[in-house]
Amino acid sequence: MSRELVAAEGLPWPPSVGDFYPPELAGPWVTKFGLMVWLAVALIIIFFMVTYRNPKLVPTKGQWMAESVYGLVRDNIAREQMGKDGIRFAPYFTVLFCFIAVTNLFGVTPLLQISPNSHIAFPIVLAAITFFMYIYIGVRKHGFGRYIKQSLIIPGVPWPMHVLLIPIEFLQTFINRPVTLAVRLFANMFAGHLILLVFTVGGFVLLASDNILIQATSVFAFLMAIVMAFFEVLVSLLQAYVFVTLSANYIGSSLADEH
Amino acid sequence: MDVLAAINGNVNTIGYGLAAVGPAIGVALIFVAYINSSARQPESAGYNRTWLVLGFALVEALALFGLVLAFAVN
Repeated sequence: MSRELVAAEGLPWPPSVGDFYPPELAGPWVTKFGLMVWLAVALIIIFFMVTYRNPKLVPTKGQWMAESVYGLVRDNIAREQMGKDGIRFAPYFTVLFCFIAVTNLFGVTPLLQISPNSHIAFPIVLAAITFFMYIYIGVRKHGFGRYIKQSLIIPGVPWPMHVLLIPIEFLQTFINRPVTLAVRLFANMFAGHLILLVFTVGGFVLLASDNILIQATSVFAFLMAIVMAFFEVLVSLLQAYVFVTLSANYIGSSLADEH
Repeated sequence: MDVLAAINGNVNTIGYGLAAVGPAIGVALIFVAYINSSARQPESAGYNRTWLVLGFALVEALALFGLVLAFAVN
């Protein structure tokens, strides 16, 4: 395969946005990304079903793994950010964490090699769920008027400052939060895929040159591609953690009594 | 006028490089604060880690906005 790529004229260089659109598999409705999302969901459901089919007091290896994922999200994310209230949201956060982690890791899985989250549509949906969830929970807990007042008005500020603060707080709570949540995940995956493309395709471009010295430098490009692949694994898990932590923080701030 | 040399490409690349300076300094400051605090008080490292990641993510968002705009604005 690599030989063909080297021989092929017109390598896709430089990498561009077009590289994020793999050819349709079967008609416009069946895409690689759609199938990958189904695959992620299936993997998560099967993993938790199998590991928790027959729970024991002394956990087996699989049960221990499932329990540590749940334990991580419950103790280190939900409880840390929301206090005791977080426990009842822990199942949702666990699913969210697993889904984002698995779909992100598709970016470095052989054969799949692109994360669905590198298309903004998927992060937007995930961020929208969090957005509507924290508004709904805030309104349910405090009532509409009090929730809006609580999220817009900072207590203990001299009143002329509110002219400045209310628009800022509005922007912060209702626009910045969901937008950054979606854009952060999307841009990280997008940039990660682009970096991997730069180093792997760049390596082949160097290899295709007619100068032996330039060809030799392609080694560094491929080495860097390997390093970056490991870095991508780190970023994938970190972004899943960050997304869930911020979701928990936002939902926790809707539940809080004080500003 | 004779053209002796030419460079192809998009100025957005330079723009994004400049835009990444601010978040880079911000992220560095956050990690400095975390390392300082956990060197002074090692038992607080676990507690501070959550806020480290949170602050890092919020600052990093600015750099990522720059990245998205570098592609979006033509």
